[in-house]
Parts: sequence; structure tokens; C-alpha cells
Amino acid sequence: MGPVLAGVLQLLALIAALALVYIPLGTYMAKVYSSDKHWRVEKWIYKGIGANPDTEMRWTAYLRGVLAFSAVGVLFLYLLQRLQGVLPGSLGFAAIDPDQAFNTAVSFVTNTNWQSYYGEQAMGHVVQTAGLAVQNFVSAAVGIAVAVALVRGFARSRTGELGNFWTDLVRGVVRILVPLAAIAAVVLVACGAMQNFSGIHEVGQFMGGSQQWNGGAVASQEAIKEIGTNGGGYFNANSAHPFENPTPFSNLFEIFLILVIPFALTRTFGILVGSVKQGYAILATMGTIWLGFTALMMWTEFAHHGPAFEIAGGAYEGKEVRFGVGSSAIFATSTTLTSTGAVDSFHSSFTGLGGGITMLGMMLGEIAPGGVGSGLYGMLIMAIIAVFIAGLMVGRTPEYLGKKIGTREIKLAACYILVTPALVLIFTAVAMALPTPVNSMTNSGAHGFSEILYAYTSASNNNGSAFAGLNADTQWFNTTLGLCILLGRFVPMVFVLALAGSLAEQKPVPATAGTLRTEKPLFTGLLVGAILIITGLTYFPALALGPLAEGLAS
Amino acid sequence: MTTEVTNQEDSMSTATPTRAPHSDVPTGHKSPEGRVGAGLFDPKQLVRSLPDAFRKLDPRVMVKSPVMFVVWIGSILTTAFSFKDPGDWFGWTISAWLWLTVIFANLAEAVAEGRGKAQADTLRKAKTDTVARRLVGDREEQVPGTELSIGDLVVCEAGDIIPGDGDVIEGVASVDESAITGESAPVIRESGGDRSAVTGGTKVLSDRIVIKITTKPGETFIDRMINLVEGAARQKTPNEIALNILLASLTIVFLLACATLPPFADYAGTHLTLVVLVALLVCLIPTTIGALLSAIGIAGMDRLVQRNVLAMSGRAVEAAGDVSTLLLDKTGTITLGNRQAAEFVPVSGTTEAEIADAAQLSSLADETPEGRSIVVLAKEKYGLRERHQGELVGAEWITFTAQTRMSGVDLTEDGVARKVRKGAAGSVMAWVQERGGTVADDADTTANRISEAGGTPLLVALEDDRGARVLGVIHLKDVVKDGMRERFEELRRMGIKTVMITGDNPLTAKAIAEEAGVDDFLAEATPEDKMALIKREQAGGKLVAMTGDGTNDAPALAQADVGVAMNTGTSAAKEAGNMVDLDSNPTKLIEIVEIGKQLLITRGALTTFSIANDVAKYFAIIPALFAAVYPGLDKLNIMGLSSPDSAILSAVIFNALIIIALVPLSLKGVQYRPVSADRMLRRNLTIYGLGGLVAPFIGIKLIDLLISLIPGL
Repeated sequence: MGPVLAGVLQLLALIAALALVYIPLGTYMAKVYSSDKHWRVEKWIYKGIGANPDTEMRWTAYLRGVLAFSAVGVLFLYLLQRLQGVLPGSLGFAAIDPDQAFNTAVSFVTNTNWQSYYGEQAMGHVVQTAGLAVQNFVSAAVGIAVAVALVRGFARSRTGELGNFWTDLVRGVVRILVPLAAIAAVVLVACGAMQNFSGIHEVGQFMGGSQQWNGGAVASQEAIKEIGTNGGGYFNANSAHPFENPTPFSNLFEIFLILVIPFALTRTFGILVGSVKQGYAILATMGTIWLGFTALMMWTEFAHHGPAFEIAGGAYEGKEVRFGVGSSAIFATSTTLTSTGAVDSFHSSFTGLGGGITMLGMMLGEIAPGGVGSGLYGMLIMAIIAVFIAGLMVGRTPEYLGKKIGTREIKLAACYILVTPALVLIFTAVAMALPTPVNSMTNSGAHGFSEILYAYTSASNNNGSAFAGLNADTQWFNTTLGLCILLGRFVPMVFVLALAGSLAEQKPVPATAGTLRTEKPLFTGLLVGAILIITGLTYFPALALGPLAEGLAS
Repeated sequence: MTTEVTNQEDSMSTATPTRAPHSDVPTGHKSPEGRVGAGLFDPKQLVRSLPDAFRKLDPRVMVKSPVMFVVWIGSILTTAFSFKDPGDWFGWTISAWLWLTVIFANLAEAVAEGRGKAQADTLRKAKTDTVARRLVGDREEQVPGTELSIGDLVVCEAGDIIPGDGDVIEGVASVDESAITGESAPVIRESGGDRSAVTGGTKVLSDRIVIKITTKPGETFIDRMINLVEGAARQKTPNEIALNILLASLTIVFLLACATLPPFADYAGTHLTLVVLVALLVCLIPTTIGALLSAIGIAGMDRLVQRNVLAMSGRAVEAAGDVSTLLLDKTGTITLGNRQAAEFVPVSGTTEAEIADAAQLSSLADETPEGRSIVVLAKEKYGLRERHQGELVGAEWITFTAQTRMSGVDLTEDGVARKVRKGAAGSVMAWVQERGGTVADDADTTANRISEAGGTPLLVALEDDRGARVLGVIHLKDVVKDGMRERFEELRRMGIKTVMITGDNPLTAKAIAEEAGVDDFLAEATPEDKMALIKREQAGGKLVAMTGDGTNDAPALAQADVGVAMNTGTSAAKEAGNMVDLDSNPTKLIEIVEIGKQLLITRGALTTFSIANDVAKYFAIIPALFAAVYPGLDKLNIMGLSSPDSAILSAVIFNALIIIALVPLSLKGVQYRPVSADRMLRRNLTIYGLGGLVAPFIGIKLIDLLISLIPGL
């Protein structure tokens, strides 16, 4: 079996597995967010945090919940890292520097998981498990909660109420993420991933010299890292590390984990707005882009010309031979089209165009299928924009899911789509204009520019993957990337929740034969086109000077 | 049985046959002097509007359109830059084309406004300074029309121009309203009822009326009309504002993309001049739609004016596109103005000739259209000569009143006293029974049968030496206008529900509703019922459109999202509605909806086109800027443009020319066909989405070919 066929078969197996769980998981999640019963353990938590799970919140209250909870998370994680030197179970690692601790704290609280540190050389057991792993769960749950709030905005009418943030948060963790992560962790352990609290081992190497390895609760963190589209590796090598991702099967399984919730959420959305077909349309949009990007990536990685590539049968540089070119290509597009940022291969070593595909994936706003929750709300914002532009062409003022897209709605949606391009482009431009940040580049020319462009794209879109090569552990990058991460997460959330509030207050517009049918393939095509054109146009000049210049050179 | 002869509306309005509502599909304007501008685009208008286009370069005007304001600033910057380097022909050429882009945009707006100006001038002629004859007590005094205030009473006699808007409180007069409606046939205005409103600037042709002024000078109907057609009162509509926001945000995105480019380029080893950056920016921001947006809005209003409809707010035009329920008055809209006699049905023991004779006799004094139609039927079908009231000596005529609901005649022929009556079944039966007569069983069954079939039964009774008895039944039928069924079918495809409003009883209403093909009906409708229906529909999120003319329609007109008042109606109705139809043609509601939709479609189509255009421009400009440092990027030059300078210039020129090329479309509106949303979207996406993607590739290539022919480049 050739590597191309292997890649295609793995892709088909992945799609089959996702299709299999789509309906049960999506339906289950819809029940989770619409049930009025509380589990006992949840009641204890509500009592513990002093929240009344049955009060309804307007968007402002919901937002306050999101921001307050995240602020506490950042502070806690920051202090934990700063105090690492005096904490037990720290494997003797010292406290993290303030700029890096800030960067890491915001990075994990925002579901970004950009890492400017080497996990195995900086973070002890306590920070890893009580800090980073906890945020892997709750940051994912916050993302889903905000998406559910937006969906409720569409589903509800003549009320400003969007549900209860604390309930949504706790249920997301207790009923969805913890059970799924537990199952996934067991599977990963079975594959051979590590799960212990062992210390540092000195291991001798074949060629002489020695190497330090340390153990840890790796499998459990790996599970939530993928399921929650977090991406922060236990080890620096992330999912390319055999302790995190031991076999080709575990590799495919991890890709499955990355994609499973974001895709299934479209069904949850369909059920909650009362039309599963609308969910399928969003699924089709996400699926089309994801599949298109993956196919393109496999093509560029397999077909790349040059003697070395032709002998190897593809662009093997930076990819694990355990996984092969095909599976690595699927992983790379999946991790950048979601907000995961875990890597099983090094995007910097991809072909020029391949690297560009990973960047474009993030630049789309990570909506196909996107991060847990954030992918859905990002996609719904794009749907609003597409409905607004094209919806007029059916001769009615635009409406989506029975809600009018008026001045207020379009203002909020327009603000949303401005945030990340502004962060990416302005910060990249400033970094390029200043004398020092450029020194962090390992490469020169277009590839060097790609390193910095990738870093700000990844941070602002809360992806977290790195275009290996950039030395990001400098005060400049820790600080500015941290700011991008923070603003790229919470400013859009403000607009999403405001939009949700505005939609929930509207009265519904009944659908007639004159209404734009947003559940039809025509609309899906339109939405895909709008996403690609609007994002493509925004970043085309920047991409031209980075990956395109490099990729088209040969 | 509760069958009524006619509903109140019909019987009352017939007293003064004002201009009857048109029974055919309207044909737009019909003024001899061309009160409204031509519907088609005339290239000469471009030249005529040029001075206005330059006047609009004023920054205070420019700032209203965020996209074009950016181009305006860009033009200033590139011009200033060119002064620094006067030998740079490229800078000068780009600057010139950028200025042209701005001027083309202004031109589009000026042309749209120019079409209204001609109408405004005609209207102004009507607004000549009038002298009002104000009544103070019993005395008359002459005051200028501009000094009138609300509540003043003025007298107008034949030949006088009515000095201001008001209601007739005394007298009847025929009035020439051609100044505002373009219709030369005079109309009747009289005190009381629904035909009391008069408009300043119109001319009294006969008789004398006393008018109570209801509007301040300067705010009269004609003043508002002038403002509207000139665009002075134009405010941006909600959807236009929303679209402007989206366009502004896209402009910011591209501003970011261009403003951040210099450091990237410097790193790559090439320096971008300001001229090139501005050129790139202008090509990317949605200038096409930004330039044409306001022209589209003005043209939409203009299309209404051309059909003699005045929209008091642009919001109403937009709402018209969204309407999902149309309330249509049965009479005059769905059916011809009046019911007509279709047959005479005798009861057993009577002949058709007898009933025809009695029906004719009893209707001679009935001047309602229904009454006239009975006389006509008797003549056409039974050969009965129409007798005149005068030729029957000693006849005592009983005219129709809303109270008795009967008409007839008492006369003595050959020594026999005969009383003939015709009217609503209930009234006639009561009349017969009062006189000790009997009502034949089959009279009742026939009447029922007619009602169920959607007709109106009128009973004919006679009292002579044989006593009082019912002779038979006249079958009055509503005649549904030609083509209405197809029209409603179209509306249904567009997702619009039609509700027929009628004063008829439910049975009659149902039959007509079925015949006409409307979706629903409201029978025995009172103004309160109408109001309740509107509120119910609106509560379900639907937008409702209706027409009305009476004072009792005013609340419903105000409540409806689109309320079209008939110009013949009362001032209260005209105040309450957000549109006025000068032709007073209720069928026009359907056209108004189509115009609203067309406006929105045009906006969406050009927005889509504008954004889709950008793809090609990148393929022209990016290789031109960077192929020198990254030769690989020349692969993006798929159009094979001859040189970097000509590539950039071609994109800028295309960007400017496309505005002018699309002015006619934006004024005329995208072609609209009543099909389902799906088919409409597919069609428009293909033309304006796909077309917008492909067109600039061809256009830029052609311009580049032309430019490359210029020697020395």
C-alpha cells in the first residue's frame, strides 16, 4: 500500500468514525444544555461557588460570568507558576518568569495553549495537573457555553435571557468533557501513552551521552488537550512525542478527538434552534472547508517536487515516519482549522504552500469546524455576514433562523470579524518594523516572515500552534502574543454575547416561500465562498509575502 | 337571513362618484406633460449632472459615504505625493483616476437626484403664490396663502387655486388635481365623508366650498412631495445604514491589510510608494457598492414616484420588500368596483318578464352602480326599454337609504295601485310581511343559494290588488378582475399571503375568496377587525401592508408596516399611512411590494458584485508589487498583464469605470421576477456573484491591452 492510499484510507476511516458519533453526541449535548435537572455533583459545585443554577442571565450578566471566571483563572494560573519553586511535586523546577507566566496563563485560560516553554523542562506535576489540565477543561467549557448562549439567542424570542453561565460551564465540564476525556485517556493509555507521576530519568543514548526523560499524567492531559481543542502539549514536541502519541492509531484517534465536539455541536445547534437541517447546513459548510483544506494539504505534501521529496515519496521533513505524510497532513489541517494547535509534525517544515494552508486555516477564524464552541459561534457570525450580503438578493431585508439581521446585529458581527485581522496584521507589522523581534527568526526571507506572521495568527485566533523556528520566549513575544491571545478571545466573546442578547429580544420572523433558505446546499456554497473570499482578501498580501512567495518559488 | 344589499362603504361612496378606482392594472404615469421622468437611463443625464457631481466633493458631503470618503482622502494624498515628484507620470495618472472614481460616485448620486429635480420643478409651478380668501366671521379678507394657519377657514370658488391643505367643511366642488396626480379628469370634493380632503395647489373648477386649513404653510402635501422627489428629505433607511456599517468594516479590514503592508514589503526588500498603497486600497474597498448605494436608494423612491406613489419614508419602501401579508380590500382591488346584476330568478308562479319589469321599475330611482346594473340587465337580457322617472306620471319614487335598504316606486297604472320594492332580503321580507303578504319558500332558498355562491341576493316584491308578495330574486355578482388569480399565485410564490377584506357576510366572502384565489379573507370587517387582524399578523412576526382611504381606516393604516392611503381619501388617512397613492388604485399595493423587493435585490446584487471583484484585482496588483523580489509570485499574474505599472493602473481604471457602467443598473434596478427565494438567489448569485468574480479578469486584461499600446510604457 502506497503512502497516498494509506493517507486516503485514514481520512475515510476518520470521516466514518466522526459520522458514527455525530448524531448521538450532538443529541446528547443538546440535552445537556436544555435539561432542567441538576446532577448531585453539580449541586455540590453550585453550592461551593455560591451560584444559583436556575436563574436566567441577560447577556451582560452572562458576559460578566465569563470574564470574572476567566480573570480568576488567569490569576490563579499565574500565581501557580510564579510559586512553582516553593510548591511540592515540582520536580525541582523553578518559578516561571513573569512575562512567560503571564503568557502561559492567558494562553491556557483562553483555550489557546501557545507554549513558549518546554513542558518537560519547566512545568512540574502540580502546575501541569492542577493548573494547565484544569484550564484545559474549563476553557473548553467556557467556549461551548458562549456558543450555546448564542444559539439560545437564535432560539429564544422576546426575552433577553440567555441561560445561566455557571450551569452551562459546570455541565460542560461534568457531563461532556470529563466523561469523554476519561474514555479517551483510557484508549490512549491502551495505545501506550504515559500516565504516571514519575520523576526525571537519566537515559543513556545509543550514540553515547545521555538524555533526561520525565513521566507525568500525560495520557489524561493528552485526552482533554485534543477533546477540548486546547493543544498544549505535556512535552515540547507535543503530539509528535511518542509518550503523548505513540502509534499511527493513536494519531488518528487524536485527530478524531480534535474534531468530534466541534462537528457534533452543529447538531446540538440544529436541535436547539428547532431545525436539525440548519445544523446540517453548518456542518456541510465546515465539512466542505475542512475536507477541501485537507485534500489540498495532502496534495501539496505528496506532490511536492524536488529530488529528496521524490525519493521519499512526499515532503517528509519535520514529519514523524510513524504517522506518514498523509496522516500528518490531516492532523495539520485539523489542528489549524480548530483552535487546537497540537502538532504531530512541524508546520515550519511543510512545503511553502502547506505552511500557507495551516495559516489560512487559522486566518479563517478557526470555524471549520473550529474550537469547541468558538468554532460554532465564529461560523454563525460568518453566516450572518453571508446572509446579510446575499440575503438581500432574494428581495427581503436579511434574516437568519427567523431573526432579522438589522443595524445592531450587523454592527456586532462586523466588529467581531474586525478583531482578529486587526490583531494579526497590526502586531505583525509592528514586529516587522521594530529592530529586535526580527532577531527571533531562525530563517531569513519569506520563511522568516512566515514565522512571525504565523505566531500572531496563531495567538490572535487562539490556536496555539507554532511555526517552529521562532524563538518566542522573549519579553516582546511573550507580552505581545499574550495580549493577542487575551484580546483575540474575549473581545469577540463580548460581541457574540451582545449579539445573542439582541437576537433573543427580537420577535421571530416566520419563514415563507420568500425567505432565504439557509438549510439548502446553495446557501452552504454561498457561505463557503463568503468565508474564503472575505478572509482570503484580508490576508492575501501578507500570505503572498510569506508562504505564497516561498511556495511558488520553485 | 342577514344578507345585506351592499356594504356601507359601497352605498355611501356612490353618492359622489369620484374618480373610480382603476379596474385595470395600472400603467404608470399618464401625464401629458410628462410629470415624472423617463424610466430609462439617458446618458445625457450624466453630462447634465456633472456640475452637481463636482459640488459633492465637499468633505461635508463626502463623509456621509464612508467608503467614498476613504477614496476621497486617498485621492488627495496621491495628488499631494505627485506634487512632490512632478515627473512621475504614474502618480499623476493614478491620482487622476482616483479623482474620477470619486466623481463617478458623485455623478451616480447626482443623476439619481436629477431625475427628481425635474418633477420638483413641475410641482413648484403648482405652488405659485396664492391669495387666500380667509373667512373672519362672515367677512372675507384677502391674505397671502403663506400666512394661513391651522384652523383658518377659507373660501374657494370656481377658478380659485386652493391655498393650502384642508378639509371641505361646506359645499361640493369639482377640483382639478392634475398638478399633483397628473390626472386631468376632475374629482369631486365635498364636506363630510371620505372625500373631504383637498390639497393646496389644486384648482377648483366649479361651485363654492369652504375649507378648513389643516396644515401649516411649508408643510403641505405639495411641499413634502417636492422634498421627497428632490431627495432633500431623504434619510438613510435601516437596511442601508446596516449595509453602510458592513461596508465601513470591510473598508477598515482592507485599510489594515494595506497599512500593514509597508513593513512586510520593506523586510522583503522592496519599497511601496504611497501611490501604490492607495491604489491597492481603493481597488480593494467596496467602492462599487459604496459609490452606488445612495443612487440605488434614491432611484427606488423614484420608481415609486413614477408610479404615482409617494413614500413618506424610505423605511416604508424597504418594509414593502419584507411584507408577508397583504390586506386587500375586495371592492376595487380584487373585484371590479361594484357588484353587477347577473340574472333575475323568479319564484314559482311568476315569470321572468314580470320580475324583470318590477326589478327595473324599482331600480329607476336607485343611482347606485348596483341599481344601474339592474336596469342595464333588464334592457340587455329582457329587452326592456329604460324608462325615465319623468315618464311615469304620479309615480312616487322611493330612493335607497342606508336605513331602509330598499328602493322602489309607488304608482298607479290602469287604476291599480302598485308598490314595487327591491332591496336587501331582510328588509323586503319585513316589508311584505308588514303588509300581510307571504314570502314564497323558494324566495328564501334561492336567496340562500345565491349567497352561498358568493352573490348578493336582492329581493323584488310587489303589492297590488292581489296583495303583497315576493316576485323573485336578483342575483348581484361580484366580478373578479382579470388576472387577479395569477397575481395572487405569483404573490404566493414570493411567500406573500393575501387576505381579502370585505364587508360581505362570510358565505359571500368565502365564495369570492375562492374565485379570486386569495389565501384568506376577513368578512363583515369593521375597522376594529382590520386592526385586530394586523396586530395578530404582526405578533407572529409578519409585516403587513394595506390600503385605505377612510378616516376609520386611519388607525389600521398607522398600525400597518406599509399603509398606502388613497389620494382621494381623507387627510386623516393620508396622515396615518406612510405612502400615498396619487392614482388611488388599491391594486398598486402589489407593485409597491415588488419595488421594495427590487430595491433590496439591487443593493444585495451590487454588494456581492463589488466584493467578488476584489479577487481579480489581487491577481493583478500583488504580482505587480512583489514579483520583482519574489519571482515565484509572477505565477499569480494569470492575466498576463504587461507591466507592473499597467497592471495597477488597469485595476484602478477598471474600478472607476465599473461604477459608471453600473449607474444604469442601479437606477433601473435589477430585473425582478416573482419567483421563489431559492430561484431568485440562484439566478442573482450566478449573475452578480460569479459574474463579479469573472468580469474584472476580462475587464482588467482588456484595459491592460489598451494601455500597453500606448508607446513608451
